[in-house]
Amino acid sequence: MSAGLSYVRANMAVTHNHQSDAVQLDQRNGEKASCWSCGEMRAALFCESCGKLQPATPTDYFSFFGLPRKLNVDTARLERDFYQFSRKLHPDVFSRATPQEQEWSLQKSSQMNDAYRTLKDPIARTEYLLKLEGVQMEEQSKQATERARQTGETKKQVVPPDLLEEVFELNMQLEEARTNKKMGETDENLARDLRQTKASLESKHHALDDELKSYWNEWDALIDRTESGDVDAIPEQERRSVRDKMVDLLNRRSYIRNLVRDVNEVLE
Amino acid sequence: MADERVVGIDLGTTNSLVAYMQGDRPVVIPGEDGSNLVPSVVALDPNGQIIVGNSARKYLIETADRAVYSVKRLMGRGVEDVTEELKLFPFRLADDLQPGEVMRIKLGDKDFTPPEISAYILRQLRRNAERFFGAPVKKAVITVPAYFNDAQRQATKDAGRIAGLDVLRLVNEPTAASLAYGLDQKKNGIVAVYDLGGGTFDISILKLHDGIFEVISTNGDTHLGGDDIDNLLIAIALDDIEGDLKIDIRRNAEVVQAIRKSVIDAKIALSTKDSTDLEVALPGGKHYQRTIPRALFEQMVEPILQRTIGPVKQALKDANLEPGQIDEVVLVGGSTRIPRVRQMVKELFQREPHSELNPDEVVALGAAVQAQILAGGSEATKDMLLLDVTPLSLGIEALGGVVAKIIQRNSTIPASATEHFTTGVEGQTAVAVHVVQGERELAKDCRSLARFDLRGIPPMPAGMPRIEVKFLIDANGILHVSAREQRSGKEAEISVQPSYGLTDEQVENMLLESFDYAEQDFAQRQVIEARNEANTILAALDKGRGGSAWQMLSNDERSAIAQQEKFLRDAMDKDDYQAIRQAIDSLNQGTMRLAELMMDSAVSSALKGKTFDEANVGEGPTAPHPFAPAEIDSKR
Repeated sequence: MSAGLSYVRANMAVTHNHQSDAVQLDQRNGEKASCWSCGEMRAALFCESCGKLQPATPTDYFSFFGLPRKLNVDTARLERDFYQFSRKLHPDVFSRATPQEQEWSLQKSSQMNDAYRTLKDPIARTEYLLKLEGVQMEEQSKQATERARQTGETKKQVVPPDLLEEVFELNMQLEEARTNKKMGETDENLARDLRQTKASLESKHHALDDELKSYWNEWDALIDRTESGDVDAIPEQERRSVRDKMVDLLNRRSYIRNLVRDVNEVLE
Repeated sequence: MADERVVGIDLGTTNSLVAYMQGDRPVVIPGEDGSNLVPSVVALDPNGQIIVGNSARKYLIETADRAVYSVKRLMGRGVEDVTEELKLFPFRLADDLQPGEVMRIKLGDKDFTPPEISAYILRQLRRNAERFFGAPVKKAVITVPAYFNDAQRQATKDAGRIAGLDVLRLVNEPTAASLAYGLDQKKNGIVAVYDLGGGTFDISILKLHDGIFEVISTNGDTHLGGDDIDNLLIAIALDDIEGDLKIDIRRNAEVVQAIRKSVIDAKIALSTKDSTDLEVALPGGKHYQRTIPRALFEQMVEPILQRTIGPVKQALKDANLEPGQIDEVVLVGGSTRIPRVRQMVKELFQREPHSELNPDEVVALGAAVQAQILAGGSEATKDMLLLDVTPLSLGIEALGGVVAKIIQRNSTIPASATEHFTTGVEGQTAVAVHVVQGERELAKDCRSLARFDLRGIPPMPAGMPRIEVKFLIDANGILHVSAREQRSGKEAEISVQPSYGLTDEQVENMLLESFDYAEQDFAQRQVIEARNEANTILAALDKGRGGSAWQMLSNDERSAIAQQEKFLRDAMDKDDYQAIRQAIDSLNQGTMRLAELMMDSAVSSALKGKTFDEANVGEGPTAPHPFAPAEIDSKR
């Protein structure tokens, strides 16, 4: 056990700045819980005084990694932090510790893995931030379609207005191609048209990435303008404006992905 | 250095091994017969004793219905999943199985669940390690195929518990192999591990850097391996025999097993030779013989090998990598010795695969490394850390039988997800959650893990309760569920009905039974050994009676010896080994003088007319007393 303690202590210095961010979180919430082991002031991950692992606290993913709620993230640094935290939090490291510490390590490392996985992926990161902002994403997924098919309910459709005509045309083509497929026939012209549509959809999809980046920059700029870096300091109106743009983009993106998937299925 | 011994165990379909870290290198611990591999075969001998390993193999051919092999293929699976496959096995299921019960396999007049059979193998490995160290071994890391689902993992953990082991961690086989490889090569980069064993196939893609072994994606088929190749060849042989020789020997389990042995030998031979002969003696003095060139063999098994390509492509896709971006490819598992497999892997990844480490041993070696990492305190392993993933998506069955995925496949573990449920009926106090694993859209196409009943919900109007359910996949890849009703803050009681597994209570009972059995085992072994010794001493006594030394004893001495001899013979008839030992000891005492006299006469006749060294003094007074065991073992 003492080997575990000195191991953690030796690495305390390296993670210190992360801990101070996390400590700030605690202070903001007005919590000043003390360390279960030595009674001193506790930090989110490890006690600053004695280095013992602390219980998991509900923390948002950004705070876990000591990051502000900005959408542009240095993924290289995030990865390095992930590895560093893994070395300290993974259950393997606590295999000879008390059952309580093992439980905490299990909770915290799963929290960390979830956080890393979400923040690493641009879309997941965006969706997560929107969730923190209280936005419920409308499901465009195939899942929803299946559910609808099963229960007989109509699926909520959110067709992007600029695609209405294309989508109408495409749906007809897909119907025809599906019927052909069922009867074992192939229409080369139809297949070629579908492939062209798919290519056009895919390039629209790529263009969306750039558009999303611009919204990220807008959002980050809002944070930068506040002095505290605190999201709550931004006027709701300005937040909503950027939020809505991102929600709209994600819906469009999801819709296009589904279309591409439908075309792929029929062309197989 | 840890005081307590920790070992790594590869519990394989065909062979099992146990290994440990010797300094900075992992080393396989051999069995009593000196071999590193313990065949995963368990048999019931005519005396009702359980035999494991090489000695169990001959029972396959002699009394096939009293032996089990490849039990790993049955772990964590339901009867309906294995009915087809059971037709190819010589062993049968117990007759009195209820629906929903864990399957039991008949061995003679006894029956066992797959975890119990695996526990016998684990116990054998544990004994081998304890014999090697001269100390007890309780902690082990056990490997499982990366693609094993929750039920299969739980069954393996249960087997460990029944064998009296504290399973420190379940480690995925390809990951373990990469540990052995990484320790050996100390390189950074992207590594693909292609693991084709006796019954399972895994492909894992890992990123190695600075001692961290991070799995990026994994895929496989828990039903694909060398056994499938064997079964195909057996089927061809049976067809041949039926066609050419007009005999249907499918029902004759022993002959089928003989064919199986021959087919396996041929398969192995073809890895180094261009052609080999399949030869089997059939009942009625007939003989089956067929020459198999390697080209024909490759043609026959190609469809089986092709089945590995889909998972490889999917794993690469999930990792977002092209084959060219893989730095190293490592081959694991006996079946990768087949030249066509090597060629296929080389074509897939456009590079020569590594096989410097013995493909049969590398998984056990890696498990030993992980065991050391967990035990801590080793210079060689102090910077090493394994970050593995869950291979299958975890989902909940939602309205309409559709799966709502809550944890994606290839998520780094430990991983968690929180879902919220509510009640549909006023005053409802329990909610049922059906958890599945798999990638399909409908729950019925996925693997059912368990049904969780969340009870103790405070009665409220329908839709009011907010039940928060937390799903957590731990570092072993096993699921844990906890639930709380948020409005009242009450923890819900969760009763888990594993779909294909044993309940905790059942495992506990099996563990207790196994103690009794083990004790019985132990006691029986002691009896056998004591009887053997008794026979030795009685034989020596008989010999002594015919010699001159016997004449030199007094009548009292001779009748005392006769009494002790009778006492010993009586004790031998019973099963009390301590009584036999006591009788042996008293007979030893009684015959001390006789032995001395016998030795004296032996020495004097040997020395007659010879010099001291010519008389071969080694057989004289310094030789072990003919009536006593060579070593005085006071622990008995």
